[in-house]
Amino acid sequence: MRPVFFIPLALFLFFAGLAGYMLVNGRFESVPSHMIDKPLPEFSLPPAVDGLPGASRANFVGGEPKLLNVWASWCLPCIAEAPQLEALKEEGVEVIGIAIRDKPEDVADFLNRYGNPYTRIGADDISQLQIEIGAAGVPETFVIDAQGNIRHQHIGDIRADDVPRLLQILEDVR
Amino acid sequence: MLAELGLAALWLATALAVLQIASGVMGLRGDAKGDALAIYARPAAVVQAFLAVLAFGLLLWAFAITDLSIKLVATNSHSMKPMLYKLTGTWGNHEGSMLLWVAVLALSGGLLAGLERRLPSKTMNATLAVQGFVALGFYAFLLLSSNPFERLPIPAVEGTGLNPLLQDIGLAIHPPTLYVGYVGLSVAFSLAMGALIAKQVTPDFAKVMRPWVLFAWVFLTLGITAGSYWAYYELGWGGWWFWDPVENSSLMPWLAATALLHSVSVLAARDALRTWTIMLGVLAFSMSMLGTFLVRSGVLTSVHAFAVDPERGSFILMLLGLYIGGALAIFAVRAGSISEGKRFSASSREGALVFNNVMLSAILAIVLLGTLYPLLTEAFDVRVSVGPPYFNPAGAIFAIPMFIVMAIGPLLRWKQDKPARLQFEISLIAAVAISIVSLVAILGDYSILAVLGLALAIALGIAALLPLRGRNIRRVPLATWGMIFAHFGVAVSLFGMASESAFTQERLAAVTPGSTEQLGDWNIELRSVDPIAGPNWTAVEARIAVSRGGGEPIIITPQARNFWAPAQATSESALVTRWDGQLYAVIGDQAADGRWQLRVWWKPFVTFIWYGGLLISLGGILSIIGRVRVDLKRRDAVRKGKERREDKAALSNAPQPEPAE
Repeated sequence: MRPVFFIPLALFLFFAGLAGYMLVNGRFESVPSHMIDKPLPEFSLPPAVDGLPGASRANFVGGEPKLLNVWASWCLPCIAEAPQLEALKEEGVEVIGIAIRDKPEDVADFLNRYGNPYTRIGADDISQLQIEIGAAGVPETFVIDAQGNIRHQHIGDIRADDVPRLLQILEDVR
Repeated sequence: MLAELGLAALWLATALAVLQIASGVMGLRGDAKGDALAIYARPAAVVQAFLAVLAFGLLLWAFAITDLSIKLVATNSHSMKPMLYKLTGTWGNHEGSMLLWVAVLALSGGLLAGLERRLPSKTMNATLAVQGFVALGFYAFLLLSSNPFERLPIPAVEGTGLNPLLQDIGLAIHPPTLYVGYVGLSVAFSLAMGALIAKQVTPDFAKVMRPWVLFAWVFLTLGITAGSYWAYYELGWGGWWFWDPVENSSLMPWLAATALLHSVSVLAARDALRTWTIMLGVLAFSMSMLGTFLVRSGVLTSVHAFAVDPERGSFILMLLGLYIGGALAIFAVRAGSISEGKRFSASSREGALVFNNVMLSAILAIVLLGTLYPLLTEAFDVRVSVGPPYFNPAGAIFAIPMFIVMAIGPLLRWKQDKPARLQFEISLIAAVAISIVSLVAILGDYSILAVLGLALAIALGIAALLPLRGRNIRRVPLATWGMIFAHFGVAVSLFGMASESAFTQERLAAVTPGSTEQLGDWNIELRSVDPIAGPNWTAVEARIAVSRGGGEPIIITPQARNFWAPAQATSESALVTRWDGQLYAVIGDQAADGRWQLRVWWKPFVTFIWYGGLLISLGGILSIIGRVRVDLKRRDAVRKGKERREDKAALSNAPQPEPAE
């Protein structure tokens, strides 16, 4: 045995240790919106579907903290998210939807099929509000407090185990 | 039925891998009982290859008919996709690509087991055991953490994989090409370990290993060439290599394989560099696995981040520790018992090959360090990004001497040579290089690396052809042609890189439709900018008329696209290819005053980068054909000789016939 032949093994073990450490303690974050803890921008969007009013900044001010849900009828994770929004609604949370690049008949069809958790849906046909509040895609959900400030951002669809967490955050910002 | 058949085939293949290991290990005992059990290793590998390929074929079929009861199909395909992209979708995801990996692995193992007859049985048994062991780990990975045949409890109504970003022919072909390369190196790894365990590191072993290394290397070369061109035209930054971790993880196995290729030739021809060849065999496959780990685990941030999952990362890291750690441990213990082989003088062909092997390994170390450095600093919460300012000069320090030695090395004789014998060749190469350096330096103010690159490329291009001097062209062996093509390809590629970096002209202008810009001898007129819409994107498309030196104008249409699911802006560049370069145009944003940002490059000889890559691959293919042909001839001659001897023996034993009247 010659010590020199152990050098590759030693180097490899060092790398494997480092990689293992980084896997356990690594970061798997997404990029959060820079708008968190800032006031919701001024906006006013027309109704996205017949029978529900449109949405504006004023709808968020006053009362209880609310959820702003950025979604679209053409978005498949939004279908997966629908039961969780329904559950949040049953807990008494007001959810205001922003439909991105959508058509009224598609929105109506989506609500018929997967239920309607929304009190209002604004139509954002050119992704204007979506970009202003720093949402990178659909679906995303923002917690807005009663002063109209953005307090939390949830990226991606809301899974079943996210519901209690969101309820807790809504409670905390009250 | 389909999914269950596929799954069953995979489980059976796994069982056969276990049999292959057991049988191969028994064969190492060297007694009668061991030999009796060792006969199962080869058939196990062959049948296993059939089963793994069958499993992949079944998944391919499921994608072709869009079987939405299979989770993988439902999440990655769509009934409306064109057939070609349905099929390529099979490996456009983690599970499918791992199944492809395993299928190619088993197929290579089966081919090795079925065709290879030259190796001593001890080495062969050890090799098959190692190959089975590698395969077993990947079967376990597939079956335990990424089952491609998982069913949905309720079949989906429609698939969700209609992402047009992934419907690109380049993207469909480039990953499997690289995979074949990575997996081909697994055979080299198994052979190296087999020879090390059996302590039979011989020229015969090197001759068996060489076609596998060449084969893997050709695919890696093609994969990297295709990937580089794809990044060049698709990402719209005008660059062709970004030193991104994922790119680096395909370059590192290539560097190791290139070094291995040359050292295995020394071992085959001269019986030298035994331990070094084994080390490189382990290293090349380690780099493939390391690449897989870096890409799939998400420990490094990359523009390619694809199928990132820390759990899978842990599994691959475990396999990496098992195989590479194990192999290096065996190497550490065993390598001392293998003598270094024949000695040679520094000024000989072996000497040149060793020098370049060291240079290649140094470049590999630099790329590896640059790629892993962010991982190291992030452990201390410091985020860094290592880019061209590190890789280019650090790599060049070793690449420049390597190119010089590469020009002269093939002219040297084996074992010992006097440089004085090559006075003419060396002075020719030096004169060409020096005159180009001075010429370019007089013409303009270019970066030192670009100037050296140009000079070395042209000198190397001439030097690559010099081995033909004084030889009868028709009698040059095919393998030598392979070397000439590959070395000439390196020169062509280097010329493209240096020319692109030295002579690229760039024009960034804010223009209104109707206005004309000048770039070199190109006349560029923006005709109009119009909005257009695609299935899930909108774009502005510029119509630009370009003409060269007053010639006929050509209309090109670069686009700036906005995807909205997920929200993402991409640039669709427009290219005009001429023999001496490419015009590259990108349209940017509209300024407040209504003018459009237009960015145009003229890149002289940039296409040579990829032509060079193709020439290098062609060289590899010629070399494989040449080697295999010589081998088959030899095998034929050995067989005939044996028959003749047997005939003679039979004749001499037979009763003498009566002499004819």
